[in-house]
Formats: sequence, structure tokens, C-alpha cells
Amino acid sequence: MFRFRLDGSSGVPPYLQLVHQVRQALLLGYLQEGDRLPTVKDVAADLVINPNTVVKAYRQLEHEGIAGGRPGQGTFITATSSPVPAQTQQDLRASLEAWLRAAQEAGMSDEAVTALIAAARHGMRKERV
Amino acid sequence: MAEHNAEGSVPALRTDRLGRRYGRMWALRDCTIEVPAGAVAALVGPNGAGKTTLLEMIIGLLEPTEGQVAVFGETSRAGTAQALARVGYVAQDHPLYRDFTVADMFHLGRAMNPRWDQQVAAARVDALGIPLRRKVRHLSGGQRAQVSLTMALAKRAPLLVLDEPVSSLDPVARLEFMRDVMASAADADLTFLISSHVVSELERFCDWLIVLASGHVQLAGPADDLLAVHRLLTVPRAVPDAELPGTAIHRTDSDRHSTVLVRTDPVQLAVQGHAGWQADPVSFEELVMGYLQRPSAATTGNPAPAAQRPAASAKAVTR
Repeated sequence: MFRFRLDGSSGVPPYLQLVHQVRQALLLGYLQEGDRLPTVKDVAADLVINPNTVVKAYRQLEHEGIAGGRPGQGTFITATSSPVPAQTQQDLRASLEAWLRAAQEAGMSDEAVTALIAAARHGMRKERV
Repeated sequence: MAEHNAEGSVPALRTDRLGRRYGRMWALRDCTIEVPAGAVAALVGPNGAGKTTLLEMIIGLLEPTEGQVAVFGETSRAGTAQALARVGYVAQDHPLYRDFTVADMFHLGRAMNPRWDQQVAAARVDALGIPLRRKVRHLSGGQRAQVSLTMALAKRAPLLVLDEPVSSLDPVARLEFMRDVMASAADADLTFLISSHVVSELERFCDWLIVLASGHVQLAGPADDLLAVHRLLTVPRAVPDAELPGTAIHRTDSDRHSTVLVRTDPVQLAVQGHAGWQADPVSFEELVMGYLQRPSAATTGNPAPAAQRPAASAKAVTR
């Protein structure tokens, strides 16, 4: 069963953290179509958070077409997972890690790396337009 | 507050211009709040803000000087059995009879509450590993808090009022207690009103917020909506409050710039962008602390003239 976590210092509202985790798990293949998400009560007790926060997160996931409630059974993943095969993801991750190591050796801080990635992405987006 | 009734449901709790005077001093005045059914509401305020006065009127222990309390649409008369039966209460110091066993406490609960659910009570302490034959004075602080909560739950009241329930507990007992509160909130159709000093922990527990200071409601409503209409502005120090987009709630000045918590319309804010100004979303804690530190904590959404404010009840906010 999928387990959520909560980062109290991130500044991201708790319900959005839950939504992000499902989206991310879906992209990474940890969650797949047909998987059942834990019950509202289980998440509320596990993370010690307001059950309405969990309800809100599940509603948002339904709104985005990622999950759907089945009466009396729970909330299930309805979206198909990432179209990127696991092997491709692994290869991409390996080359990213090599790149990150090179950046680290060049003396770049985590912050500088994040900024550089954002700038590169921004540049690519502009090219597309 | 009519907008909270958009779905046509009866609020779990509604107070209407509720006030309580001790002698010539108003401990609470013009308190009009609403808590929808199913909410977990936080009641926050410094000592002397009127929290206990408000809670005691809600649970039917204290007669209001003016105004009314309605629980699930029915107006409560203080001291009546019917009023007391609809609200479960966990008091701050978990007052249980020290020489009674847990079973004795449950016996008392059954005798006093017509809807008492012995099965709920017994199953809960069993799950917690608290022996029924143990005397209250041999229980740990956490266990006493859990027995208090169990008694409130077994009463099967739809509204539960918890007054500083975890302030005397250690971090682990505190977490376990709140875990059970959150699980009960998910389980049954319960509404919680929890007063607390620990502002930083409230965000994860509560979806409704009531800030009380100097005997007046400073801020009340759904936490997410309140967060959405507040921003933390960073502006040059020379900019006066009057030129800010929105109402300045609390301002901190440093040498060149000022940080101001403002209540504002985010759309309007985006249009009014100034060079050198920055608007950041506000955290739950920043929002609450901003209102608690507000200089003349008194008048938001509240028609009481300044002259009627109780002067002596405004104790300093220390935590």
C-alpha cells in the first residue's frame, strides 16, 4: 500500500504535498492504474493530519483525472502511468547523476545547480516558441 | 458569515454576538463565529483573550451575558442536560477522580450520559493498553488524557471541545493523542473545536481557524481561504500602511525595508505590482502570529466601539 509523508518545513500546503506525491509516484511507476490509495482514516492517523486535508487531496486527484472513488471500496488510481519505460528512466537518471557529480566537482552548490537547470529549461522553452 | 452556509447545512456550532461580562469587565464580546459540521477548528489566542470564557459558554457551563450559542441549530441554555449532552468536553488538566479506577470513571460516565457507549469506551482503552482496573492516579499524563478523550467520545456527542488537550503532555504522548483525535475525526461524523497555544502544530490538524484576542474575534474562517487572502509584503520602509494594497495587519520595520502582513485581494495585488516590492504567500503560523501581535488587537469585522474594549484582559502575548 502506498504511504504518504509530510514535510512540515517545506511551506507547501499539506494537501498539495499529498497530490504531488501521487503524481510523482505515478511518473516513477511506484503507483499504477488500479492501485488503491490508503483510506482517509489511515492517512490521517499515519501522518497525524486533519482527515479533511486528505479528502481535499483525493478530490483534487479526482479532478485531475488521476484517481477515482468507488463507493464503499476506496480511492483508486485511474490514470495510466508514465509512458516512459523503466529502462529509459534508469538510463536518464544515471546520466543525470554523472552530470550532477561533474557539477559538484566543478564547485557548484546545490542552489547553483538548481538555478542552472531552471535557466536551461527556460531557454529550451523559448526556443520552442 | 452566511457564505459558510452556502450548502444549506446546519453548522455544528454558531455563536451570535456572544458576550460575557464579569462585573464591569467584558471577558468576551460580540463573538459571532460559525464552525461547519465535520470541521476540526482551532481556537487560538493569548492568555486572557477570552478562550476559556468562550469554551465554557459553548459547553453550557457558563451563562452568556448577551448573545447566543447554537449547537447543530439548537440554541443551548446553560446548565440544561440537553445542552450538556450535545457537547463532549476534554478539559485542560484532564480532571478525573484520582482514587477512581478507569472502570469507575466509565461507570460515572454511563450514569451521567444517556447516550453513553460502553463498548466504544472499553474497546478504546483496551486498544491503548490501559487496564480498566487501574486507578487514575497511577496513570501517566498521556494515559489520563486518553481516558478523558475516551469519555468524551463515548458520550457520543456530535461536537467535541478540547481545551489545550496536549499542553501538559510530552511530545510522544502529544502525537499519539492527536493521532487518535485525527482518526476519530475521520471515523465518525464529529466536529472538533480545539484550543491551543502551540501555533506551529495547528496547520496539520485544523481546517478552520478562530483567532481571539482582547475579548474579540480577530479572524475566523476556513484556514485555506484565510491563507489565500493574506500576503507577506516586503516594501521600502518609507511606504506608509495607507499606500499598501489591502489592510495592514502587522508590520515589522528594519533599516531600509518593512515586512507587512496584509489582508488583500490577490488579483488586485498582481495588478498593483511595484518595482522593488515583493509579495509572498503567508504560512499558517505567520498568519496567526501576525493577528496575535496586531497593535490594537480588537476590531476586525467587529462593530464594537473601541471604548468598550476591556483594557485589562489584553495580557502580553508570550510563548
